Amino acid sequence: MLWSIIRFGANGWISKLYIEPNFHFSYLGFEWVQPLGEWTYLIFAICGFASIFVALGFKYRMSIIVFFLSFTYIELMDKTTYLNHYYFISILSFLMIFLPAHAYYSIDAWRDENLRSEEVPRWTIDSIKLLLGIVYFYAGLAKLNSDWLFEAMPLQIWLPAKYSIPLLGDLLQQTWTHYAFAWGGAIYDLTIPFLLLYKRTRIFAFALVIIFHVLTRVLFPIGMFPYIMIASALIFFDAGLHNKILAKISEWLNISKSAFDNGKFYQFPKTWLRKTSIGIITLFFILQLLIPFRYLLYPGELFWTEEGYRFSWRVMLMEKAGYANFKVVNPENGQRFYVDNTEFLTRFQEKQMSAQPDFILEYAHYLEDHYQQQGIDDPEIYVESYVALNGRRSQPYVDPEVDLTEIEPSLKHRTWLLSFNDEIKGL
Amino acid sequence: MKKYFALILTVFLVWSCTDNGPSGPDPDDFDREAILVNWADNIIIPAFTHFSETTAQLHTSAEDFSSAPTQQNLEELRNSWESAYLAFQHVSMFEMGEAMQLRFRDNLNIYPTDTTQINENIAEGNYNLELPSLNDSQGFPALDFLLNGLGENDAEILAHYTINADAENYQVYLTDLTDRIDSLTSQVLENWTSGYRDEFVSNSGNGANSSLDMMVNDYIYYYEKHLRAGKIGIPAGVFSGSPLSSHVEAYYSEGLSKALFNEALTASTNFFNGTHFEAEVDGQSLDDYLDYLNTMKDGADLTSMINSQFQTAREEAEGLNADFAAQVKNDNPKMLATYDELQRNVVNMKVDMLQALNINVDYVDADGD
Repeated sequence: MLWSIIRFGANGWISKLYIEPNFHFSYLGFEWVQPLGEWTYLIFAICGFASIFVALGFKYRMSIIVFFLSFTYIELMDKTTYLNHYYFISILSFLMIFLPAHAYYSIDAWRDENLRSEEVPRWTIDSIKLLLGIVYFYAGLAKLNSDWLFEAMPLQIWLPAKYSIPLLGDLLQQTWTHYAFAWGGAIYDLTIPFLLLYKRTRIFAFALVIIFHVLTRVLFPIGMFPYIMIASALIFFDAGLHNKILAKISEWLNISKSAFDNGKFYQFPKTWLRKTSIGIITLFFILQLLIPFRYLLYPGELFWTEEGYRFSWRVMLMEKAGYANFKVVNPENGQRFYVDNTEFLTRFQEKQMSAQPDFILEYAHYLEDHYQQQGIDDPEIYVESYVALNGRRSQPYVDPEVDLTEIEPSLKHRTWLLSFNDEIKGL
Repeated sequence: MKKYFALILTVFLVWSCTDNGPSGPDPDDFDREAILVNWADNIIIPAFTHFSETTAQLHTSAEDFSSAPTQQNLEELRNSWESAYLAFQHVSMFEMGEAMQLRFRDNLNIYPTDTTQINENIAEGNYNLELPSLNDSQGFPALDFLLNGLGENDAEILAHYTINADAENYQVYLTDLTDRIDSLTSQVLENWTSGYRDEFVSNSGNGANSSLDMMVNDYIYYYEKHLRAGKIGIPAGVFSGSPLSSHVEAYYSEGLSKALFNEALTASTNFFNGTHFEAEVDGQSLDDYLDYLNTMKDGADLTSMINSQFQTAREEAEGLNADFAAQVKNDNPKMLATYDELQRNVVNMKVDMLQALNINVDYVDADGD
């Protein structure tokens, strides 16, 4: 088994990742969460260099740790831009810290003969496959709900708006198309890991991967995710293909690939290192398998309360729009007034804030600080909010009688949300 | 090429999957471009054409008054100003293309106007109206002050243009302001008629930079920020805790603010319904698009909800004093009630309508989670 694939995959997405953050700078604007300042550029630069080093296999362990830390830091900086694919990259890079991805076709291996190995333990490759499998399969499970399967929601909202796409534009206006996409998507997600695993269906499955992800790229603004997944899926192929690809690259770059082909089997330099790595990875996967189900610990409709929604491979499942009108009350003199959100938030931030309870609460606390500085000692903050979910009529969201400054952000069940007037069946 | 190939493959794939889902109704493809054509040709360009005529008249009246500051010329100038201000309410929401470049609305209608700065400009006789810092000492609100706010009565006002030591500066400042309004308006209109219209209409795709998405975003932003908040909410003290009568639009004219508000509400309602400018002809607009989308998912009738809420807000506002400054001083709860009715349509449009139209608020990757 060759480790080269990781490198190849990394090459594919890292160069793109390096470009993408540049694109995102202008959208960051949550000054109060974390002052960004000029230093942010440095973090992105570190992250970019680390990714190049990882791809080249240069000082691999250190580079991948730095990459994991800097990338995760960037992701944590602004919740507004949370995307499942950023989370995927974070945890994938975490996993890679414990894998010997630099054993073959890397600068490290070129310089260090002891490290250089043609083969690595099977479990190291399988762990990446398992992670990809979890991502797909859990995304498929999440689609097994009544909105997705029987209402074709939110696809029924999203697809008709893509009328100007060549060839597909008219098709996307048809109701049956929405259902076909919904069912097709669910079946695809649930079966693709298995189709990729079996040699006989692998090429067919990879063709499906390309079609599916190119299509999602065309239809939805989900950035690099499709390309990352297409490149990552290459790991399911056996060493023959990767050797061919690397031979081609070697030809272009005039690198002697045969120098790496020493027939050696990779050994962890220390037994404790191997044992610790396996231990951490096992724990990691147990958590990965459990975290998406944490929503079961909360009462209420998951899509409505969003308790346990993130980090669970729930991709493209809901269209939620909201409106939140904050009322500030000064208890000393009874004076009350409303907040003009545009004074504090960009339109995008306001949109994200309005439909997500943790954002609403965080913003309310920010407002509390702001008005304390304005001279109101203990402002009370209430919100009149409405949320529409998957094409339903908007309905009141947060309890307007609750003073949000009295509520501390936590993982506890949010009793301050009003209940959802409908039922979504399924997982 | 690869992409293209994949698309064709996908079409086959989709065809082969049809057994999976029930076939629904088969509505004809809706023509979104027809909305853009209607907006451009029957609403935006006619409204700007009309507005441009009134600003030309305003400038002529100002020149007449400057050369002969009589009571009669003052009254004529006030009339021209009033007509132009009312006509402005029909174009204010179209802050796109050249208007966006020029920051048209900021130059024409920031209120309350900065009277200290105006007095300073006049006394010094040396100012550059293109500076953003002078946005609030020009446009309609500055004219309001110059025509209605300089004195207790007309004699006192006229004195500024006749016997005042700076009388000539007053005259020049007045015509500089009307000239600037007129020339900015000409630029925007010229831009629409000489190419931007075609660009606007042909940009009929989907995505954050398409005309439809931009226009709807601008429209809702205007409704929320300039109509609901600017004309009603801010003077009523919704955002400050106590009424701010001096923040009323056309504060010095004492009696125009309600008419301006009604005109703006009409313009907003007409835009939503695609009603042609100054003609009771119904064209394609958001109402038709919502109806079309509704045939697919069988949801609530948003069009009639939004329209009836427009009507409710209008009826609530009928009881208000013609001068909103007097209204907030004497009976602010009525003003607040009007605000509440306007507010309800913000929810209808910003939540329900935007969701139905699937319009993105800004271009950022977001997959709905």
